[in-house]
Amino acid sequence: MGGLDFLFYMGDVFTPINFGLLLLGTIGGLILGATPGLSPTMAVALLIPFTFQLEPQQGLILLGAAYTSTVAGGAVSAILLKIPGAPANIATTLDGHTMATKGEGAKALQLSFLASAVGGLFGVFLLIFLTPVLAQWALAFGPSHLFWLAILGVTVIGTLDSSSVVKGLLAGCIGLWLATIGFDDIMGAQRFIFHPSVSGGINVIPALIGLFAIPQVITMFTKGRSSDDAEIISVKRHPIRLAFVEVLRRKTALTIGTITGSIIGLIPGVGGQIAGLVAYDQSKKFSRESEKFGTGHSEGVIAAESANNAMVGPSLVPLLTLSIPGSPTAAVLLGGLLIHGIFPGPDLFMNYPQVAWTFIDSMLIGQILMCIFGLYIAGLAARVARVPHAVMAAVVLGLAVFGSYSVQNSMGDVYVMASLGVGMYFLERFGFSAAPLVLGLILGPIAEANFIQGSMIANATVGMGSYFFTGWLNWLLILIVLASVSYSVWMEVAQRRYTTKDDAVAKEEAMS
Amino acid sequence: MKHWIAGAALALAAMTGPALADGHASYPERPIMMMVSYGAGGATDFQARIVTMTAGNEDALGMPIAILNRPGAGGRVGWNWFATEAEADGYTLGAYNVPHFIAQSIEGGVSYSTDDFEPIANWGADPAVFVVGADSDFNSMADVVAYAKENPGGLTFSGAGLFVGHHIAALQLEKAAGVKLAYIPNNAGGAGAMRAVIAGEVLGGVNNLSDAFRAQAAGNVKILGVFDLERNAFLPDVPTMKEQGFDIDNASVNFRGVMVPKGTPQGVIDRLAEVVPTMFENARVQKRMEAGGSPMHIMTRDEVLAMWAARQKTLEALLAGL
Repeated sequence: MGGLDFLFYMGDVFTPINFGLLLLGTIGGLILGATPGLSPTMAVALLIPFTFQLEPQQGLILLGAAYTSTVAGGAVSAILLKIPGAPANIATTLDGHTMATKGEGAKALQLSFLASAVGGLFGVFLLIFLTPVLAQWALAFGPSHLFWLAILGVTVIGTLDSSSVVKGLLAGCIGLWLATIGFDDIMGAQRFIFHPSVSGGINVIPALIGLFAIPQVITMFTKGRSSDDAEIISVKRHPIRLAFVEVLRRKTALTIGTITGSIIGLIPGVGGQIAGLVAYDQSKKFSRESEKFGTGHSEGVIAAESANNAMVGPSLVPLLTLSIPGSPTAAVLLGGLLIHGIFPGPDLFMNYPQVAWTFIDSMLIGQILMCIFGLYIAGLAARVARVPHAVMAAVVLGLAVFGSYSVQNSMGDVYVMASLGVGMYFLERFGFSAAPLVLGLILGPIAEANFIQGSMIANATVGMGSYFFTGWLNWLLILIVLASVSYSVWMEVAQRRYTTKDDAVAKEEAMS
Repeated sequence: MKHWIAGAALALAAMTGPALADGHASYPERPIMMMVSYGAGGATDFQARIVTMTAGNEDALGMPIAILNRPGAGGRVGWNWFATEAEADGYTLGAYNVPHFIAQSIEGGVSYSTDDFEPIANWGADPAVFVVGADSDFNSMADVVAYAKENPGGLTFSGAGLFVGHHIAALQLEKAAGVKLAYIPNNAGGAGAMRAVIAGEVLGGVNNLSDAFRAQAAGNVKILGVFDLERNAFLPDVPTMKEQGFDIDNASVNFRGVMVPKGTPQGVIDRLAEVVPTMFENARVQKRMEAGGSPMHIMTRDEVLAMWAARQKTLEALLAGL
């Protein structure tokens, strides 16, 4: 694929029908993305039947725009309601929602859409210019590397949004255990199936909604009606100009977020889910104000949101060049291509340049449109914080039930959501937090499946030792794992030195 | 007012009359749901959507069919639900994948078997093929088996999981060639298994013909053999396993079709069995399936019943040693 071909086909995006579809996809995507439980994968899957009636090019414009904007739209519910729209938005809740409760919801939303656009544009440009190089990179990750990558994710657990490393690790372990429920992916063995609702395992989306939203709802109800008036937050206006300045000022977070998101987005099967969290954790470690993370700090939002949109472009590289979908969303897009008789692969850009390039161009323009609409609604949406608690709790509860049910049309998922949520409410009283738990739930199957596959290959060929411990990519990942662990240990020790037991208790009480 | 009530009562009687009289003449009276036990966008899901898209036509069922995905555990979650909870009223259809659900029922731990489902019609047959990377030294199945004989248990090859068509094909190959192989089930399904072959993580792989056809067109893999009785129209140059001297039949071919839960009224089953195959034969459906690289194979209810029974027998024998 050539360098500047994308400019040649740019005009096609602006024909009335195509541009109309692009607008429709973007606005629809933002709304779908902002609805808890409707992940990008589902949004794209919902739209596929509509593309039956359209030309291939038009269908892909709709799908591309929807994919782009649902990822960004997930930030809206993450910030305003503390319900991540998809796993990609978990990290956004950590600082974004705290900002919203301080009345800075408008600012958080503006920052998130601007950072999304920067990350997203970077990701799509990578897709345009570096696809052949990136395709090799996407293939470089075998089972042993994915295993180490998952272990790297586990080391993040300890330092992520917890009052202490030990509690973070404990929460992570609960998540890892939850991940083992159901049929195991490779052998098909049944584990911990104590109720028919969990026979398919714990689905990440209902778990996400339950763990984040239900404790919120219970807290809102327990506050009662009396304090309503006192608690209404004044929503601060925030000029868009200042948001631009803020995003540009936080260069470190923006750069780390964008680059981490692009690299991790490429890795098949892991990408989207953890890009935001890893970027958040990395920019926290590199930031000069790392202690402010988790208290409504703008860098947290910027890093997380630039990362999860930067992953969109690269996540399509394996699909467009090797015809292998690298993520669930890419798999759905593949279905959308095949229905029109278009086979992705290296010839795609030769045989169907008009379709391929218009699709990519629509993602570029889609990023910009998404940012414009996002900024426009930010001010309005932030007023959600002024809704009285009792009303808010009811709305969130309704959305939580709807979102969990809609994933697989199953009441079982609603029960899972509710029980995990109630459990999490009590865990939060003891200083545990939901983010490490969800990370455990996501990483468990990745680590396990790749370890089993790796060891099967190793036993048939070179042996476990050399399979998992040789090769530069294994070494590099092991090195990062060790660095990450020692950093966490050092942080814990350094903090211990200055806190007595009484301080720790006081700090924990303040946080709960 | 009295007239009105009398009229309404008459109308109601008229509406329910025929249905009571001769079973299910007015079926279907409302939209129908079809459960697919794999995720949205996968091959089964996307083919199910295409083959049911003309259901609303007057010459078909006259009511649309909506697809409902219940993915999980290689299809077990969806089929468990279908066997135990789905209503047997004719408004809940399901998509089956053979040999998957039969192999899983023989393996055990699930609440379904061929006795719990009533087939309606078959729409597709996707044979398994053996693929190797484009730069591999293997150029025929003989090369592969020769390598396996020199390195017992050392020939790693990927597939979509255990107790699915790819696994059956792997077992058949092991038995027919008399060698020990290292089958590596992938947790990311056929796409993940294909990736492992292209990336060189494994020496070869069993994969779906439709996906392998695309990967070969993209120049990423070579296809060495088809696990079917005849060569496939999509790949006329690739020989079958039998042609290469291995006694392997079509037990691993992934048959996809429509079924209903046991206990669905016979009248409804008969009507569906009559109409559904004509939906598959619709020219628009055929064109879409062809464009998507999905091999079609239309079978009537009786043919599917015979196929299920034959598979049950073959698979029981094949899986007995595990």
